[in-house]
Amino acid sequence: MKKINSTAIVLNIENIDTDQIIPAKFLKSTNRDGFGKHLFSNWRYDDEGNPKEDFAFNQFESESEILIAGNNFGCGSSREHAAWAIADYGIKVIISSQFADIFKGNALNNGVLPVEVSQDSLRVMMKYFSKHKSVKIQIDLENQVLKAVDQDIVLHINFDIDPLKKQFLMEGISDIEYLIKQEKEISKFESTHKL
Amino acid sequence: MGKTIIDKIWDQHKVKAVTNEVDVLFIDRHYIHEVTSPQAFNGLNQKGIKLRFPSRTTAVVDHNIPTKNQHLPIENEQSRNQVETLIDNCKTHGVELFGIGHEKNGIVHVVGPENGLTQPGMTIVCGDSHTSTHGAFGAIAFGIGTSQVEQVMASQCLLLSRPKTMRVEVNGTLGKGVTAKDVALFIIAELGTEGATGHFVEFSGSVFRNLSMEERMTVCNMSIEMGARGGLVGIDQSTIDYVSSKVGVSNELKEYWKSLNSDVKAVFDKEIILEGSNIQPMVTTGTSPDTGINITEKISASVRNSEKGLNYMGLHESDSIMGTPIDYVFIGSCTNSRIEDLRQVAAIVDGRKKANDVIVWVVPGSNEVRKQACEEGLDRIFENVGFEFREPGCSACLAMNEDKIPSGSVCISTSNRNFEGRQGDGAKTILASPITAAASALTGKVTDPRTYLN
Ligand code: SF4
Repeated sequence: MKKINSTAIVLNIENIDTDQIIPAKFLKSTNRDGFGKHLFSNWRYDDEGNPKEDFAFNQFESESEILIAGNNFGCGSSREHAAWAIADYGIKVIISSQFADIFKGNALNNGVLPVEVSQDSLRVMMKYFSKHKSVKIQIDLENQVLKAVDQDIVLHINFDIDPLKKQFLMEGISDIEYLIKQEKEISKFESTHKL
Repeated sequence: MGKTIIDKIWDQHKVKAVTNEVDVLFIDRHYIHEVTSPQAFNGLNQKGIKLRFPSRTTAVVDHNIPTKNQHLPIENEQSRNQVETLIDNCKTHGVELFGIGHEKNGIVHVVGPENGLTQPGMTIVCGDSHTSTHGAFGAIAFGIGTSQVEQVMASQCLLLSRPKTMRVEVNGTLGKGVTAKDVALFIIAELGTEGATGHFVEFSGSVFRNLSMEERMTVCNMSIEMGARGGLVGIDQSTIDYVSSKVGVSNELKEYWKSLNSDVKAVFDKEIILEGSNIQPMVTTGTSPDTGINITEKISASVRNSEKGLNYMGLHESDSIMGTPIDYVFIGSCTNSRIEDLRQVAAIVDGRKKANDVIVWVVPGSNEVRKQACEEGLDRIFENVGFEFREPGCSACLAMNEDKIPSGSVCISTSNRNFEGRQGDGAKTILASPITAAASALTGKVTDPRTYLN
């Protein structure tokens, strides 16, 4: 992942928990695939399984790779199925003013970039992109900047990311590959560790 | 400058620093269960590698299993498949498994401490956010995602950023009918669900010193509901006595444990001081755990409580929460399903009858808890009141098995989350302490437990 250029889906709800992102009834699988169709299932579909018109995912462009969501996104359960569902749906970047810790780690481990912006910037972006659904946002990971230019808006927002995570994302390295390579040091540590 | 217990434990487990922010951290104890482990085992198998330190791993089945007739084959095919997959994986990788019906099986966060596997000073992880429960023992314990489960399986380590630290001090003494659960709901209402994000929390102050180990577990359990990475309580005589009652502990180890406590001059990144005597029995009013109010208060659409949440719950601003009719009572989950919880419930309901239209499930946290409850005759008390006393599991805490609250029904629950649909599609959850839930079961309405305390 280096650059993403996409329209955005706006979900103007705070404290979206992972039970909403993927309800527990879908956690019975033993593999990682196919969760995208259940993403936000209880909000997205009615009891008969038809799309609910008032839900954002049924109003915005379905090929959007960016999700803009309210403060404290991904709180609650540690289920990585939430990140799998988001990635499987095709979302590559989530923009919010704060992410829950476990979710943030899960997202990064699945190539989904959490971008934190200030509450004020988030408010402005939500308002604008709710109305201007075809305007694209550019996420430049290398330079850690979010940009958008349109008639009534110019956005240029720098965002933070842990340098190691950034390097891993840019180079496609996973934590597990790195850790397996530390085998010698880990064994040495374990041999003298007292607990 | 003094060090916090969090920094001390962290430093003891640092294999190496990768960057200024990120360390390779060694994990002492890894708990796994049937729902978040299969994809991790798949990953190992695909890479052709074995679990690195099987003796540091313990498996249980809890999230998905039925709480009735556990001696019979699991009816639900997918649940059965997850349980069987875990059995196979544990066999292949040499992991100790407390399977369904096993005398040591139960909810992962009840079983670990109960068997002396959770010990002070450890780093403990599990693919479940309420792993913070184990922090009650003065351990760094936190929930992880399945990719991290696989990392721990493969290397017994994680790549983690150094924690920020926070101290939540609760002073004074608790009033009658005020329990650890109320303390937890009170702190969460103060901080909000994101108030401790990025931090490990140490709970301190006289209230915590006076809590039993089981009560400390209840509060640490809900650290995640304030956004914390984990929460812990310092190591004292209660901690040492509890662990020593489960496993042999050398004097040297006891001294080491005590040396881990926060130094007097320890500096935390954030500190909060609360007064315990202000806490009353708490109940939540919305669809987020930070919407708790004092049970005698009126409902409000405060900063914490959204209109969306109130609407979902069918509650109205300025109404009393007390007296709200309920349909179900769930006494269980890793927050409140230990023997002390069940004793407190039994003490309130003994010799009475539950309200007619209310269905009450009491689901013990483990087979050990169930056995103890039966020995003390609590099972008969529950049956006489009209409660169903089940077999252990997560049950209606997350409603992955058959134990679902029907859509539209209101459940007063001793679990930890009142998210929309958490206890079943369309279910409405009010979080409360075991005694508040018990008192409400008797009246069929949200009831102040103090009414039933002599
Ligand atoms: S009882 Fe609930 S919170 Fe605890 S481990 Fe089970 S599902 Fe998670």
